[in-house]
Amino acid sequence: MKKRLLALLLALMPTVGFAAEGGVHLQEMTPDLHDRASLQNGMKLFVNYCMGCHSLEHQRFARAAEDLDMPRDLVEDNLIFSSALGFNDQMHNAMKASDGENWFGAAPPDLTLEARLRGTDWIYSYLLGFYRDPSRPTGVNNRVFPLVAMPNVLESLQGVQEKVCAASDHPIEGAELDPLTGKYQSCETLRVTEPGRLEPEAFEAAVFDLTNFLAYVGEPSKLQAQALAPKVLIFIFIFGVIAYLLKREYWRDIH
Amino acid sequence: MGHSNKAKAERGFMRWVDDRFPATQMWQEHLSRYYAPKNFNVWYFFGSLALLVLVNQILTGVWLTMSFNPSAEGAFASVEYIMRDVEWGWLIRYMHSTGASAFFIVVYLHMFRGLLYGSYKAPRELVWIFGMAIYLALMAEAFMGYLLPWGQMSYWGAQVIISLFSAIPGIGPDLAQWIRGDYLISGITLNRFFALHVVALPIVILALVVLHIIALHEVGSNNPDGIDIKGKKDEAGKPLDGIPFHPYYTVKDLVGVAVFLFVFCAVIFYFPEGGGYFLEKPNFEPANPLKTPDHIAPVWYFTPFYAILRAITFSLFGLEAKFLGVMCMGAAIAVLFVLPWLDRSPVRSIRYKGWISRLMLALFAVSFVILGVLGVLPPTAGRTALAQLCTVVYFAFFLLMPLYTRWEKTKPVPERVTG
Repeated sequence: MKKRLLALLLALMPTVGFAAEGGVHLQEMTPDLHDRASLQNGMKLFVNYCMGCHSLEHQRFARAAEDLDMPRDLVEDNLIFSSALGFNDQMHNAMKASDGENWFGAAPPDLTLEARLRGTDWIYSYLLGFYRDPSRPTGVNNRVFPLVAMPNVLESLQGVQEKVCAASDHPIEGAELDPLTGKYQSCETLRVTEPGRLEPEAFEAAVFDLTNFLAYVGEPSKLQAQALAPKVLIFIFIFGVIAYLLKREYWRDIH
Repeated sequence: MGHSNKAKAERGFMRWVDDRFPATQMWQEHLSRYYAPKNFNVWYFFGSLALLVLVNQILTGVWLTMSFNPSAEGAFASVEYIMRDVEWGWLIRYMHSTGASAFFIVVYLHMFRGLLYGSYKAPRELVWIFGMAIYLALMAEAFMGYLLPWGQMSYWGAQVIISLFSAIPGIGPDLAQWIRGDYLISGITLNRFFALHVVALPIVILALVVLHIIALHEVGSNNPDGIDIKGKKDEAGKPLDGIPFHPYYTVKDLVGVAVFLFVFCAVIFYFPEGGGYFLEKPNFEPANPLKTPDHIAPVWYFTPFYAILRAITFSLFGLEAKFLGVMCMGAAIAVLFVLPWLDRSPVRSIRYKGWISRLMLALFAVSFVILGVLGVLPPTAGRTALAQLCTVVYFAFFLLMPLYTRWEKTKPVPERVTG
């Protein structure tokens, strides 16, 4: 009966997987919390491009400095712009929530837990998903978050993207896979038409770093947990072996 | 000579205590001279594991309470404060949140063991009923605890569940408002749930656990053969198939504890979110009464009952579908309380029951799991139909039990346990 249960569970699994997806295709982004350089660059990008509007209410500068191996004076000189914020403070934004509401229709959300709420695939695809749309007040729209109020703050780095009819390596909603080229042919493909300061590959790497940093911010204890885990598990394993030998010894006389 | 003097002093001390408190007597009655059948299998680990998880929940809960702020303004931020600024706070919090799911896993397996081997049957009816009361209190405890982090799913999950009470004709809306203490879930609700979660319900659960164990030790443990070991005793009055709980089962349970802790810690350290089932994604966003999430699903351990609730999509006898659903959900839990009187089989264990009992138990287990999966998913016409089928099977297992357990042919039960 256990086998039957298991078979049933397995049969139901794909349905569970499907239900979790839907919507636009997201580009995969697997964080690498051991890449300090990436995390440091991500923090630099966040402080320079995001923190004007978005806060990291629960993340302290000091904790990030410690976890990402950055000396205190470097952080104070280069990453803390507001005189109201100190090294031990949380990373509050520069904008009042009421101003955000007036300017964008909604206060920009706090991003401390964004990576845990939406996932890193979403953040990565969203930041790469802006394209020119003159009908929008900000001049841009977003493939992952249609009609989003946020402008493309990374435009100076990325340049301007537009929707064009072309082949893409990434799956696109409604696009068919061309079996010959292995690419997706669609008029929803995004292409940079006015270059920015970074080449497309370099920009994707920058967005990776930024997303990576948000993944770290979502759960700073993760590095600690992964460092501790093997020790705890080995301890429990040895304890289990001893407990089993003890049990066998005691039960020798039970038949 | 110092050695024997020390032993003498210890005996003297215990005599002094025993003259004033039955310490040695209790130790013997519940451990060193409590005779348990020698043929327990893996299913018998989950009772002691439930106790272990209870201790884990109480200890981690005490430490969480030290840093948690039970207010609508501060609850969400204080959880993040625990996760980041409190020394080892993340570990304590994950032990508690993972512990909640672990509790239900071990309790469901513990209950299924009872169903397998007829552990609810006479003379263990009260053991079963106290156990069911623990389960009920545990559901209330988990439900109220889930509101405390004050995330979106905390808020809207509680909103959905409490609104179920408003389906009761007449008094419903007032009752729901009385439970919330407000027109909507608010800081007032959070405060009272906090009080109930950390003070009232733990006391109730602990008291019920004591009753559960006292009742068990009064009648003795059942076993996979469902045979009474008290029938066959040696000259000294010890059951031939019984062994003292301590040290035999204490050392055996230690092995179970090690296996459990290995899995439990692997989850805590590597996947504390449990794939979005132990900690749901929308709960990483603070509660917002003005923004309803796209899809509200209760935590996994409630979903079988939630699926039964949603399976009732039709009105009947002038009763609204929602109220009928609430009744069915309540009945699905209530029927477990009367289980000892539904089973009319002359034997306890599934090993000696007939094929209908085996089939029904298998169908019941499968439909319970399917209902649990369906309760997580958004409903579609096909899923609702499947949920209805599983609901019928769920109730058929119980309601037809008096018939099939009496009619079916059972196998002969051996004199002694078979190991």
